[in-house]
Amino acid sequence: MARLIKTEKEVEGRYTEQWVVVEEDALEQWPEGPLQTVGRPATRVDGLARARGEARYTQDIRLPGMLHAAVLRSPHARARVKQVDLAPARGVLGVREVIGPDDLAVLTDEPNYEGQAIAAVAADTNGQARAALDAISIEWELLEPLLDVDQALRQESYVDDPKRYERGDVERGFAEADAIVEAEYRTQSVLHNALETHQSVCEWEGDTLVVYTSTQFLWGVRDEVAGAFDLPKDKVRVICRFMGGGFGAKGSAGDYTLIAAELARRTGRPVHCRLDRREENVNSGNRNPTIQKLRLGARADGTLTAIDAEYQCLLGWDGWLPPTAGPAQMLYACDHVRTLEYAVRLNAPPMDAFRAPGFVEGTFGLECALDELAAKLDLDPLELRRRNHADHDPMDERPFSGKELMECYRRAEPHWERRHEVRARSEGPWKHGVGIATQLWYGGGGPPSYAWVRLSGDGTATVLTAMQDIGTGTRTAMAQIAAEELGLPIERVTVELGDTAHGPYATVSGGSSTTPSVGPAVRAAAGDVARQVREIAAQRFDLEERVLSLADGKVNSADGGSWPIEEITGLLEDGQILGNGARGPNPAGMRVMTYGIQVAEVAVDIETGEIMVERIYAVHDVGRVINPLGAESQIEGGIIQAIGHSLSEQRLLDPQSGKVLTRTLDAYKLPTIADVPEIVSELIDVPDAHLTNLGSKGLGEPPIVPTAAAITNAIRDATGADVRSLPITREEILHALRQARDREATKVVA
Amino acid sequence: MVELNVNGQAYELDAPVERSLAEALRHDLGLTGTKIACDEGHCGACTVQLDGVPVLSCITLVHTVGDREVTTIEGLAEHPLVEAFVEADATQCGFCTPGQIVSASALLEANPNPSGDEIRHAMAGNLCRCGTYPKIERAIHAVAAHGEGG
Repeated sequence: MARLIKTEKEVEGRYTEQWVVVEEDALEQWPEGPLQTVGRPATRVDGLARARGEARYTQDIRLPGMLHAAVLRSPHARARVKQVDLAPARGVLGVREVIGPDDLAVLTDEPNYEGQAIAAVAADTNGQARAALDAISIEWELLEPLLDVDQALRQESYVDDPKRYERGDVERGFAEADAIVEAEYRTQSVLHNALETHQSVCEWEGDTLVVYTSTQFLWGVRDEVAGAFDLPKDKVRVICRFMGGGFGAKGSAGDYTLIAAELARRTGRPVHCRLDRREENVNSGNRNPTIQKLRLGARADGTLTAIDAEYQCLLGWDGWLPPTAGPAQMLYACDHVRTLEYAVRLNAPPMDAFRAPGFVEGTFGLECALDELAAKLDLDPLELRRRNHADHDPMDERPFSGKELMECYRRAEPHWERRHEVRARSEGPWKHGVGIATQLWYGGGGPPSYAWVRLSGDGTATVLTAMQDIGTGTRTAMAQIAAEELGLPIERVTVELGDTAHGPYATVSGGSSTTPSVGPAVRAAAGDVARQVREIAAQRFDLEERVLSLADGKVNSADGGSWPIEEITGLLEDGQILGNGARGPNPAGMRVMTYGIQVAEVAVDIETGEIMVERIYAVHDVGRVINPLGAESQIEGGIIQAIGHSLSEQRLLDPQSGKVLTRTLDAYKLPTIADVPEIVSELIDVPDAHLTNLGSKGLGEPPIVPTAAAITNAIRDATGADVRSLPITREEILHALRQARDREATKVVA
Repeated sequence: MVELNVNGQAYELDAPVERSLAEALRHDLGLTGTKIACDEGHCGACTVQLDGVPVLSCITLVHTVGDREVTTIEGLAEHPLVEAFVEADATQCGFCTPGQIVSASALLEANPNPSGDEIRHAMAGNLCRCGTYPKIERAIHAVAAHGEGG
C-alpha cells in the first residue's frame, strides 16, 4: 500500500518540503560489514571503456549534418551594445545561421560580467564558426563595473537578502570567555576546470528535442530546456552516458545548450556548442571568494562560549548563497552563535556550486580560528574539538541520524601523535608541523529517485535508472547493490543510465547525493525482483517462500536445496521479471550529516616561503561504504583538489576591468601528480541505522572540506605563523611569518 | 593530401594546412579516444606517440607528422597498462585517462622500471582534475613490477 507523506529534502544545505509516496514493505537494512559484493572493493564496471578511450563523451558525439556553434561573449565586465551588425558573419564561408540579442533569452545586449553571451554562429566547422564571430561588428558603450566589495556592501548590491542567524546571546557568551580570537579570513575564487569543457549537442527529431550534454543532472536540464522552448517535459530527451567531470559546475543547462538548441531549430540540423578552455575559465562558474570576520570565545577549559561570524560571499553577478555559515552554526555545541552572510553582487562571472560549496570556505575560517584559540588557551587542538562535540544538532536540538565523529577522532589519534616526531624533523630553514581540522557536510540524499530492474531468462539483470555517473563510480556502486540483493555475481548485472528516455527519474549528482538517493531505489527494485523469483521458485519446487534466499547466482532453500537462478527465470523463456524501486524519505525529525577529520603534515621553508604537504591522513564517516576501492579514490581526489585550493589555484580578476586574467591551464595552476603527498585514508563504515534501506551517505564532497584548514594549522604548528588567506602563496607565508615575528618581538618588549 | 600511419594502419586524408593531429585523428579518422581538453598544449589529454615519443597532438600539425608512426590509445587497447589502470581504479571521469596511458606506455618503453620520482616527473604533464594521481602511480608500478612494460 502506497502512502503519501511530506518530507524534508536537502541539496547542498538548501532544504525544501517534498511530497513523497512511501511503500510500506520497505526492506530491512543489511547487516553491518562486508557482504558478498557490497562493502568489497570493485573495479569500475565501465573502467575498460574509459581506459581504452571507447567511452563516448558529449565531445565525441558526431551526428550526420552536425554543425558547430561558437559564441560571441562580452569582452567587458559591464557594457551596453549600442549597435550590433550580424550580417557580415552570415557572409562568412560555411556559416549556416547567426543569432543575436533579439533572438534568444540567454543572449544579451547589456552584459554584466565578462563572458556573458551576446551572439552565436552555427557553421560547418568549428574554425568557420569562430572566424565568423570576428565578422560581427558591435558598437559598445562601456559602463563602470562594480568590483569593490566595500562599495557593493554600501550600495546593498546583493544577489539575495543578507541571511541572519542567532541563538543565545553572543555578547553574554563573550563575557563568559577566558580567551577570545578575532580574525579575518579570506578564501579565493577557484575554477572547476573539469577536463571535458561544458558542451552540448542538440538535435530536433520531429517535435522532440534530443540533448546530448555533459551534465550532472539530466532531469534538471530536461526541465530547463523544456521551459525555455515551451515544450512538454517528455518532448526533451537528455543523454549523458559518459561525463568528463563536473565538480558542481554542470548542474544546469547552461547558455551553450540553449544556444545549440535554438541554432538546431533554425537550421534543422544537429548543432554542437562547446566551450573552449578559455571560455571555461571565464564563464562556467567558480567557487566564490569570501571574506570572513570571525570572533570565537572559550573558557579556559576549552568550552566554546560564543561564535560571531560575518561572511561576505562575493558571488559575482548571479548565483545563490552557499551555506558558508553552516560549520559555525552546526559543527560545535556552542550556546551563543550569531552569523551574518552577504550574497554580494559584483560585475564578475557568476559562482556555481563547487564540491561542498560554502562548507569548504566556512570550515577554513572556523577551523583555523579554533586552532588559534587552542594556541591561546594552550590546549590540545584535538582535545578542544572533542570537548565541543555536538551530540545533537545545535541549531534545533534534533538528533543526528548517525554520527561517528568521536570514533573518527579516536582513529585520528595515532596520526595526530606523530606531530612530536614530525616536528623533530625540522632542520635549518625547513620547519615541520602537523595540523588537524574537522569535517562536517550534508550528504544524506533524499527522494525522489527511482530504479527499474529486469531479470532475463539467462539470469542476467539490467538496472535502468536515468541517473548519471560523473566519474565518481556510481554506476559501479549501483551494480554492486543490485548484485547483492539479487545474489548475482556483479558480472551478470548491467547498469543502463544517462538517458531520460531509458529509465525513471533520478537525483542530481551534486550534494553527495547520488549513492544515498539512487542506491536505495536500486536495492528496492532488485528486492522487488528477488521477491518475485522466490515466489516463482516456491511454486515451482513446492516450498515455502520464506525458506528461500538468493546467493551466488542460485536460489537456495533452507533445507539444502539449490538451483541456478536461470532454472527459475528460464521457465519464462522470453519472459522477464520486472522490479520497481523508489527512494523513501529521510528519517523524520533527524539531521543527516557526514563527518570526518584530516591530519596534515607539512614542511615550510621559512626563508623562501615554500610549502611541502608531506602527508594527509583522512578518516570519514559516511555510513555504509558500498565500494571501498572507489571510496578511497573519492577521498584522494577530494584531498588533491583541496591541495590545489590551499596552495596554488586562484582565479585572478583584474581589479580595474573585471576581466579574468587566468584563462588557461598554464596560468591557472592545477595540482599535478608531482604535487601529491602520501595520502592515508580510512572510513568508519557503520551503516546509518536510521537512513534508508542502505544506511549509506555520499562521499563526493566530504574529503575536500577540511584539508585547507588542516594544512594551515600544520603551518602554524611548524612555524607559529597564522595564515589566514588562501591560496597560501609564498608571499602569504612570508607575510604571516613576519607578523608572527613582530608579535613575538612586541611580547619581549612588553 | 596527407598520408598518416596510425596504429599500424595507413591512412590518406584531405586536411587543410592548419589541421592539428588531434583534430585529424578525431574528426577525419573517427578515433575519438584521443581527447581535447585545452587545445593549447597545457593538459596532456591529447597525448599520442610519434615513433614512441609522447607528443601533444593538439599542438602538432598533421602535415608535420610525415612518416612517423602515430600510436593512439586505440593502438594500446591490449597494453597491460589498460588493465592495470582499471585494477588500480586509476580512472574516475576518464577524460584524461587515454592521454595518461599513452604517456605511461612511452615512459615504460623508455624506462621499464621507473622509480616513484621518475613516474611523477614523466607524468607531470598529464593533468587529472579528479585526482587519480596516486592510483596512476600505483598502476604504472604494477605493470613495471610485472616486467610487462616493454
